Amino acid sequence: MNMYSLDILLLVALVAAAVWTVLRGSLLRAVIALALTSIVLTGIIFRLGSPIAAVFELSVCAGLITVIFMSTISLTKPLSHKETLEYTSSRMKRFWLLPIIIAAVGASLALAVIPINFNTAAVQETARSFRNVLWEDRRFDLVGQIIIILAGVFGVVVLFRHHSKDEPEDK
Amino acid sequence: MTTNSVQLLRLYIVFLPLLFIAGFYCIVTTRNLIRTLLGLEILTKAVTLMLALAGYLTGKTALSQALIITLIVVEVVVIAVAAGLVLNIFKHYNSLDTRNLRSLKG
Amino acid sequence: MAWLFILIPILAVIALNLPFGVSYRKLAYPAALLLAVSQVLFVLLPPETVLASGACPLCPFLFRSLDALGKIMILSIGIVAFCSVIAGWHLTERAERKFDFANLIILAMAGMNGIILSGDLFTLYVFLEIVAVASFILIAMDKNKSSLEGAFKYLILSAVATILMLSSIAMIVMLTGGTTFADAAMVMRSGSNVPLGLFAAGLFLTGLLIKGGLVPFHGWLPDAYTAAPNGVSIFLAGIVTKTTGIYTIIKLVTAVTGFSGPVQKILLLFGALSAVAGAFGALSQKNFKRMLAYSSISQMGYIVLALGAANPIAIMGAAFHLFNHAIFKSQLFINAAAVEESTQTLDMDRLGGLAEKMPVTGATSLIAFLSTAGIPPLAGFWSKLLIIIGLWVAGFRVYAVIAVLTSVVTLAYFLSMQRRVFFGKLSAELSHITEANGPLTYTAVLLAIITIGAGIFFPFILNNLIIPVKAILG
Repeated sequence: MNMYSLDILLLVALVAAAVWTVLRGSLLRAVIALALTSIVLTGIIFRLGSPIAAVFELSVCAGLITVIFMSTISLTKPLSHKETLEYTSSRMKRFWLLPIIIAAVGASLALAVIPINFNTAAVQETARSFRNVLWEDRRFDLVGQIIIILAGVFGVVVLFRHHSKDEPEDK
Repeated sequence: MTTNSVQLLRLYIVFLPLLFIAGFYCIVTTRNLIRTLLGLEILTKAVTLMLALAGYLTGKTALSQALIITLIVVEVVVIAVAAGLVLNIFKHYNSLDTRNLRSLKG
Repeated sequence: MAWLFILIPILAVIALNLPFGVSYRKLAYPAALLLAVSQVLFVLLPPETVLASGACPLCPFLFRSLDALGKIMILSIGIVAFCSVIAGWHLTERAERKFDFANLIILAMAGMNGIILSGDLFTLYVFLEIVAVASFILIAMDKNKSSLEGAFKYLILSAVATILMLSSIAMIVMLTGGTTFADAAMVMRSGSNVPLGLFAAGLFLTGLLIKGGLVPFHGWLPDAYTAAPNGVSIFLAGIVTKTTGIYTIIKLVTAVTGFSGPVQKILLLFGALSAVAGAFGALSQKNFKRMLAYSSISQMGYIVLALGAANPIAIMGAAFHLFNHAIFKSQLFINAAAVEESTQTLDMDRLGGLAEKMPVTGATSLIAFLSTAGIPPLAGFWSKLLIIIGLWVAGFRVYAVIAVLTSVVTLAYFLSMQRRVFFGKLSAELSHITEANGPLTYTAVLLAIITIGAGIFFPFILNNLIIPVKAILG
């Protein structure tokens, strides 16, 4: 499997970064780990022959989503440093299971002989260009994207609106 | 399927479930609202990888790229709305603890 | 031409939001109403050219023509949207919120129309997410603790469902190189990939079960329905969960997977489970809206159970029950909104004897729950009868008996609700209440009339609207 050694490396890095995201105590570091996961993923997707998707993933997930998370974290500062410390130690007790599960499952899957007895669809010779596929075949999806962006804009406006007078809080 | 593809597929069969496990574990065991969203993001990446792999194996990279791009746009909107919800929850409770979200009895 | 139902709402929302001046805001209400009414009229009085499916300029093969079940759904969407916009407009106080509410309802309608019209698994996903995002925002609009909690729980569970559906789509792309229903159906029915194809279908189905709020994935549903603002609850319970969950399951099973063994067993099992668990859950609730939420779970279970029978009669019953439930559940939620507006509480232990002060609400609620429980000659009776007959004829005797028994439990909890809330003695602290305001009574009366009418005119509806539904089993 020598030709795949780069792939193996990338995949290991991907899973490692993902596990790092889960385990890292401080939220800010976890978000950085998530961005790192995105970057590794970009590399893998690029190798899988999807350059445009890779660029999109890089710019949006490693960029925009990281920004969203960072701003959310900065707007929701936790209360006190001491609470954070004891929170982190209790976290470690709950989260140590993950690397063990990952290692165990990974090893068992790698060693097990899983029969791959299905056929993928035949690789077609006449590949449509990406532009054709996106704008013609998936036009309905593009309409959907427009609608969901409109809905998202409304969401942001509704959720982030500050009222001039305070509402009575009940329920 | 060519033997190359089979080998590649074997590789991914090992690593993709690991990503899913990491994501689900994160969502289930965390007590922090934002970390729940992080777990969601990890799962989204796992699915993105699956789609890219599917495109590669069948040669239809154009289709899988179109799907991935749409998927990313949709997920960005969902995360943005989720972040808005988290911010508003924080305004009420002044903390990000998920155990606060127990006021509605099941 | 039906794709206009997606295009026009988009244009409407864009037009409403152009920064030309605040006076546009007042147009949101009539715009939403107009769209809803147009959907109803489209189904009831179809111009001939519209029915010819024709080439859709948006894209030829992602769009399916509107079949009989689709027509019923568009009709239901129109009616429920109409009533919930009227009720919701009245119930939200701040002007800016009213504007957001109307716009989000229009967007959700566009999303649901897209779900009905799509012929492709990925497109289905995109429009499902549209409706989901609009729902999150609508539920959380009040921004108080419980609404945000309900919205967040719904968001997480919905996102998990999305992940399941997307992994299923990825597998299907791997197997067939395409995502349309036709492609997916090819892999399910024949060839060497059937086991993996069925696994992918199972994943997708699980995702849809979560979205539809069926047991055991119903965790988000009572919280979301109860915590949402009342106008939103009407919309949510009336049509959103049905379209995003139940209708998509019907489409998946009839167009893609077919009724092969495991699929049928899953449908029957989860349908019966939801029907029974929802009914018993509703028995023990104190909050009016929460009880209605559990009742919704139960009725959705009925529809999935009927789908599992794979029988033309049962399918017709399921389709008609979809329509009926949209009508009477919306109406019950309107009644709940009216009760809450007048008495400021939904705690059924504290309510009582409201019928003398709120006669319209009490009467319409009586009609609605009799229809739910399946009492002739109301519409619910016919749909339940069709479902039970369909189950019996298909050989699932046990499930038919379960359906009948659950019907009895349904009658029990609704009778209990009616007695506690509307009949009985009026407690002292509530003696000053009056009937709810106009919009809440007019819409309740309208929906009650539809329920009665659909029941009495059932033979007429049967031929025009319902019997064509069995073609989807084709």
